[in-house]
Amino acid sequence: MHADAFDRYHPAESPVHHLDPRVKVVTVVLFILGNALLPDASWLAFGLAWLLLLAANDQSRLGLWFTWRRSFLALPFALTAVSAIFLPAGQPVFSFSALGLQLSVTDLGLLRFFSIVLRSWLSVQMAVLLVAVTPFPDILHALEHLRVPRLLTTIIAFLYRYLFVLTDEVFRLLRAREARSAGTQGHKSGGTLLWRAQVAGNMAGQMFVRSYERSDRIYNAMVARGYAGQMRTLHPHKMRVSDWRWQTLVLAALLLIQITGWIR
Amino acid sequence: MPIEHQPLHDYALPHCEGDILQARDLRFSYPDGHLALKGVSINVCAGDKVALVGPNGAGKSTFMLHLNGILTGQGELKIAGMPVSEKNLPQIRAAVGLVFQNPDDQLFSPTVFEDVAFGPLHMGLPEAEVRSRVEEALQAVDMAAFTERLSHHLSVGEKKRIAIATVLSMRPQLLVLDEPSAGLDPRARRTLINLLRRLPITMLVSTHDLAMVAELFPRTVIMDDGQIVADSLTSEILTDTRLLEAHGLERPV
Amino acid sequence: MHFSPISMHIPDGLLNLLVSLLFWALTAAAVAVAISKTNRSLGERQIPLMGVMAAFIFAAQMLNFPVAGGTSGHFLGGALAAIVLGPWAAMLVMTAVIGVQALLFQDGGLLVMGANIFNMGILTAIIGFGVYRVVSASANRGLRLAAAAIGAWLATVGAALLTALQLWLSGTSPFQLVVPAMLSVHVLIGLGEAVITVAALAFIERTRPDLLNAEKSAQQGSLAWAWAGGLLSLALVLFSPLASSSPDGLERVAENFNFLSRGLSSPYKILPDYTLPVLGETPLSTILAGAIGVIIVFALMLLIGRSLSMKDK
Repeated sequence: MHADAFDRYHPAESPVHHLDPRVKVVTVVLFILGNALLPDASWLAFGLAWLLLLAANDQSRLGLWFTWRRSFLALPFALTAVSAIFLPAGQPVFSFSALGLQLSVTDLGLLRFFSIVLRSWLSVQMAVLLVAVTPFPDILHALEHLRVPRLLTTIIAFLYRYLFVLTDEVFRLLRAREARSAGTQGHKSGGTLLWRAQVAGNMAGQMFVRSYERSDRIYNAMVARGYAGQMRTLHPHKMRVSDWRWQTLVLAALLLIQITGWIR
Repeated sequence: MPIEHQPLHDYALPHCEGDILQARDLRFSYPDGHLALKGVSINVCAGDKVALVGPNGAGKSTFMLHLNGILTGQGELKIAGMPVSEKNLPQIRAAVGLVFQNPDDQLFSPTVFEDVAFGPLHMGLPEAEVRSRVEEALQAVDMAAFTERLSHHLSVGEKKRIAIATVLSMRPQLLVLDEPSAGLDPRARRTLINLLRRLPITMLVSTHDLAMVAELFPRTVIMDDGQIVADSLTSEILTDTRLLEAHGLERPV
Repeated sequence: MHFSPISMHIPDGLLNLLVSLLFWALTAAAVAVAISKTNRSLGERQIPLMGVMAAFIFAAQMLNFPVAGGTSGHFLGGALAAIVLGPWAAMLVMTAVIGVQALLFQDGGLLVMGANIFNMGILTAIIGFGVYRVVSASANRGLRLAAAAIGAWLATVGAALLTALQLWLSGTSPFQLVVPAMLSVHVLIGLGEAVITVAALAFIERTRPDLLNAEKSAQQGSLAWAWAGGLLSLALVLFSPLASSSPDGLERVAENFNFLSRGLSSPYKILPDYTLPVLGETPLSTILAGAIGVIIVFALMLLIGRSLSMKDK
């Protein structure tokens, strides 16, 4: 039914899609790093960063507001930083007491909070774009090129391969439980909380044993094809001149954003 | 090949108002837009044993998932007189025992006892009642000796029978089975057929096994492309070669 | 997008650069050691095994059970993974899971991934396995299950506390808001984690006990784990009151963290009275509260462990 539910890749014909995956990964990491380096309240720099993001959206031929639309799911989690408004530095704007504590909203606190939200929101959009313009296997190749240990990337590759299979199994177990979650007149249904937690634990145990046995079968299949402990893969990616050009362009833009942020 | 909604032949079926199951013009689309049910109407009465046949993708499983409220479509659907809605889902699930095709999907407890007891336990029944229902359900599927066995270690045929027991313990009014004989060797299949023959419960069974249909089910419903295209006596349907072939089925030898 | 509401996944932007890089360094070191250790113990089976186990943990985090009024409990799995796979393999598995959650689903940031992996994958493995290791050789099933439960609970609470500390050190949240908030919520969530971990472990012991024994060789000679897990838990339990009893020292630490990263001239002050409203204002009362809590949980889990093992008799 949803064979590609975990597929975040949006294919399109665009210069960004054709970029070497290493360039894309490095760009995203440096973008997020850059955001973290920018001081609070460097609004101009944040604005420039957002322009860069919009440009990236546009060059990906996915629509200017592609990442904007998809960023709202992640936004609430950045809002948990709301307690930053109580930063003790700066001038109090508004005081009250709650939960037995004396709390003061300060001006620097508000600046801190809005800056955090902006940084987070910009970063998550860039991350969304990364997986939208790069097939996941290519991201893994890029990570390998960038010296992430091969064992780790291979584990992740297997994880990705079997993710749908196992989550589908869990989903069907949950559905079977739902089908037997009946109630009848005169009795309180649902069992005790402890019992429900135990049932969930039993399901986890089931899944574990099945997964372990599945990995046995997979191992046998690999051995049958000559596996002896090392995964060998081809490295299809070579950096072209255009890739270097884009990377330089992006680096220059990121540098400009930093300078804008630090000049007061 | 045109899909016809009216039964091709007007055979005399016992008059049934749908006291167990009543569906009127049931429609359903999946979130990705695929229109799976295009207006399904059917009545099932107490004591009926109905086979649901048709090609893959006809919507049989989708329809069955509506019967215990896992999916919700448009149109009318009543189980034992109750309209299927959010608030009477617990009662609906006590009334409809749905058994899925893959028994591994349904056995999620360590022992057979706990799996069969899940339904009654969830219903909040007292312990003595739970125990007697488990015993009764396992007897009905002829697996009373398996109470303390680990579900994990059973064969496919045994798991299928336990899966049936897990819903029997809720004493449903309608038993709905999805491909019960799929994947069974001849001996396990024979055991299953005998079991289904003995169970005195109203049944709706989706299957490709037309030989089993001929043996067990007096009434057959053919579904194709999201609609019911025939609903009649098995004896008449299984001899209508043209009808069978029009819907991807073959006459059993 | 968030498959599990046990969300300790910190998004980008909430931790400052210093904290992020520090925990990346710690995580990288732990992962490097884990890689060499698993190479030796699991050999060529390790790739399919850990890969599928990672998929299992990811999928298992979708398992839920209704708690009350529409909320449901979930499962993080770090402790269970450490107990059944051994601590090093578990660290790699959780790294993969958290990595994919961040990359593919933006569940947790990329720069802060080091911290997320450390909290939910490395710390939970150390505490979860460490506590279990104390009694893992015992023949008393109830005792082993009880230890697993406590380990799982402490791992959850420990991870929550460390997350809170990271947020505080980054100048994102005041100490006296984020620490009690994270702790109080996760003390409860940890109970769910403990029950699920024990039930899963009990199930595995009954159906495939050989799977647990297979990892024993990876666990031999590692009583150091028990020490590590125990000491870490103790350190976490004692940390909060100690923090309040020497605010100046810690204040200076926080100051430095923030000063270096933000360029702000004013330091982040810790308000003097970090108190638990119910028990009063002394640091001793906080330690007592923590200790009492652990004892109650231990007793509860012992009872549960006993009743679970009695059911099989």
